[in-house]
Amino acid sequence: MKPIRDVGIIGYGAYVPRYRLPASEIVRVWKGGDGDTPITEKAVPGPDEDAATIAIEAARNALSRAGIPPARIGAVWVGSESHPYAVKPTSTIVAEAIGATPETQAGDWEFACKAGTEAMQAAFGFVASGMAAYALIVGADTAQGRPGDELEYTASAGGAAYIIGLADESLARLEGSYSYVTDTPDFFRRPGQEYPTHGSRFTGDPAYFRHVLAAARGLMEQLGTKPSDYRMAVFHQPNVKFPERAAKTLGFTDEQIRTGLLADVIGNTYAGSSLLGLTAMLDVAQPGDRLLLVSFGSGAGSDAMSFVVTDKIAERRDRAPFTQDYIRRRKVIDYGLYVRYRGKLKMH
Amino acid sequence: MRDVSIIGIGQTEVGEHWGKSLRHLAGDAVLAAMRDAGVERADALYVGNMLSGELNGQEHLGALIADFVGLRGIEAVKVEAACGSGAAAVRMGYLAVASGLLDVVIVVGVEKMTDQKGPVTTASLAMAADAEYEVVNGVSFVSLNALLMQRYMHEYGVRHEDFAGFPINAHKNAATNPYAMFRKPISLETFKRARMVAAPINLMDSSPVADGAAAVVLAPSDVARKFQPLSVRIIGSANATDALAVHDRRDPLFLSAAALSAQKAYRQAGIGPNDVDFFELHDAFSITAALSLEAAGFAERGRGVYLAKDGEITLGGRIPICTFGGLKARGHPVGATGVYQVVEAVLQLRHQAGPNQVKNARIGMTQNIGGSGATVITHILAAEG
Amino acid sequence: MAIPQNWRLQNQRYRLTGEVCNTCGAKLFPPRDVCPECAKPAYEPFQFAGKGEVYSFTVLSEALAGYEAYEPYPVALVKLQEGPLVTAQLTDVDPQDVHIGMPVEMVTRKLTEEGEDGLIVYGYKFRPVLKPAVNG
Repeated sequence: MKPIRDVGIIGYGAYVPRYRLPASEIVRVWKGGDGDTPITEKAVPGPDEDAATIAIEAARNALSRAGIPPARIGAVWVGSESHPYAVKPTSTIVAEAIGATPETQAGDWEFACKAGTEAMQAAFGFVASGMAAYALIVGADTAQGRPGDELEYTASAGGAAYIIGLADESLARLEGSYSYVTDTPDFFRRPGQEYPTHGSRFTGDPAYFRHVLAAARGLMEQLGTKPSDYRMAVFHQPNVKFPERAAKTLGFTDEQIRTGLLADVIGNTYAGSSLLGLTAMLDVAQPGDRLLLVSFGSGAGSDAMSFVVTDKIAERRDRAPFTQDYIRRRKVIDYGLYVRYRGKLKMH
Repeated sequence: MRDVSIIGIGQTEVGEHWGKSLRHLAGDAVLAAMRDAGVERADALYVGNMLSGELNGQEHLGALIADFVGLRGIEAVKVEAACGSGAAAVRMGYLAVASGLLDVVIVVGVEKMTDQKGPVTTASLAMAADAEYEVVNGVSFVSLNALLMQRYMHEYGVRHEDFAGFPINAHKNAATNPYAMFRKPISLETFKRARMVAAPINLMDSSPVADGAAAVVLAPSDVARKFQPLSVRIIGSANATDALAVHDRRDPLFLSAAALSAQKAYRQAGIGPNDVDFFELHDAFSITAALSLEAAGFAERGRGVYLAKDGEITLGGRIPICTFGGLKARGHPVGATGVYQVVEAVLQLRHQAGPNQVKNARIGMTQNIGGSGATVITHILAAEG
Repeated sequence: MAIPQNWRLQNQRYRLTGEVCNTCGAKLFPPRDVCPECAKPAYEPFQFAGKGEVYSFTVLSEALAGYEAYEPYPVALVKLQEGPLVTAQLTDVDPQDVHIGMPVEMVTRKLTEEGEDGLIVYGYKFRPVLKPAVNG
């Protein structure tokens, strides 16, 4: 898929909360201290953070880099599976906080971990069609796993925001995108349920790998690109193993995915996951670099996108904190404080 | 304008009055003051109270209390200025009598604080601050004062224990006040070991939540002797205000409303700080005592705290304060406090203070502060004849 | 605080929008209608940059009702670089690391929740400056 008019990213911003829960803490509490862990540690939101506050900071960073007046943003779309309200948009909170209201479109998106990239794809179309000069998209989550479940090691918090505009203003130009979607119930949460249900090994081959690989191959076939054409790539990162295997299967090297692979130190930020990988890559990319992003959302589907970095990256990149600045800012907490911060203590 | 005198006083013990409701507390104080004055009727009742609506589910205190004490039919109204409600009500009574419109006016300050649990009381007291720009940020009343104390210590290079003299003096004086909540002296060690409430303010820096009521009866000075041989004249009365929120003040470490209100009262009385024999100030927190002493002209800025260190605030010192225990040890039933201060000043000027007597006391000053310093009411009282 | 009361304060709360006096140029936060410096009308909105330093601070060991989730939490008077003092919570900082003069920046966070089925109130807090070198 490629819009009629060329579009791209004109500003981007990351956010990762300050607190970290080492996987060893979960092993200590639930496995008696012995066991393998899928990652080293995950980012935990502070008691005053939620998907909206994460989205706001990421959006402000994106706005700083874009250098445009917020009133010119014609759409504010926030993708998340942890919207603070069941009914009431997160996007209006974000739009108000950054000063994009009232003449703007706003909406919340939901598609498990790819809620942000589907909003991004739609924004490309929205801007290319001329319906908006700029569109802001955010993927942000404060994901929860059932205590003791394997998901608890990785379900984390973070987000990334992008301002989409026309190609001539872009720091990274969109080459094309491709989506691959089927009805695959690998992971879901019913209304009113606190924690999601997942299919364990069913989340692997029939879900993650089938969709990620098909979307990546579909995109490259459409564009006529091959893995070696890409300086860097990010695949949705629910853990470290899955994106590593997907990359290898497709023919990408470890070197190509190293920059965007953050799961080991921040966990799976869900809607923020692949989008944070892209902010990390943009933080270091050079003009002319080609970047690949492949998201995955349970339920299930993948969006793949290909970007070429422009020379505008150099002047804009320093206008906001880097992804690694947030990752370096870390305060380790124990399971007790984690349980308190995440509201898992029964208080009433 | 007529001169106004205090012809009767009454007070209840400050403490946890589980068996008494707000109206009973107020009634006890009013009836005691009426007995003391030898009056059976009055033209008006002014009720100083801050939190009856929040804590007791009761407003409309004027009519309630007037009726309860057998004064059904008279003019009666509640006066509210946060913790300064008591003295604000005294001043309304003063204005009414001084104007010539009313002759005998009763003022009662009452607060019934123990009906609610701690967090509710804390949240209610915070209503003295700016709800939209202070309290919504999780700020309690004590924390606003802690912000002042922290900055004071930073700016003037003062240590926390330099403030110990304030609560030590207050507790010492309260020990011999039968109406006080804490009748027990404290040591420097007690002060240093006290539990932190909002750093650097600890429990011994803070006045306690309490129930209590105090009342005075006012009459024109020219007829005061007819009622009361030991009447005390109000020679200065002033109310001044500042921005409600600490962050809106020009200089948070200077209580400008306290200075303004003291200056107006001094001018009216034709005296200065050197003429004041004792000062019932508003020691809601030990930092407030230091700032009050500076604002009222008893110490240079940044030096108020040293009056406590050097013993100048004791009963025999240069400027005795909190002579019956102050807010810290007599207790701080917020809307009643300003009237307690006046009652205690009258006891000093009548030379009825017993072991708490300030020798040769002729002129006393009381200063009641609403909120973190936004409303300040000063009264200067003089012994008659 | 009631829903309309919170709602009408959004601009100030979410992004620290104040006012500038048309006569003497004083920057005002919170917004007010009369300039406290020159007593002339002040209605012009002004967007504060959200940078400042700690003027004073305290740590609440006894939270206000509705703020228990954060206890113990630091509260500060923050001196904004444009002039005004603001009362706000500090966040993403350990209480023992707070000091007078500490450079801080504004973030938008949850202030309180009005019960499990009530409004989530968002507003400004301040945190240690994340990256001093960042421009804008």
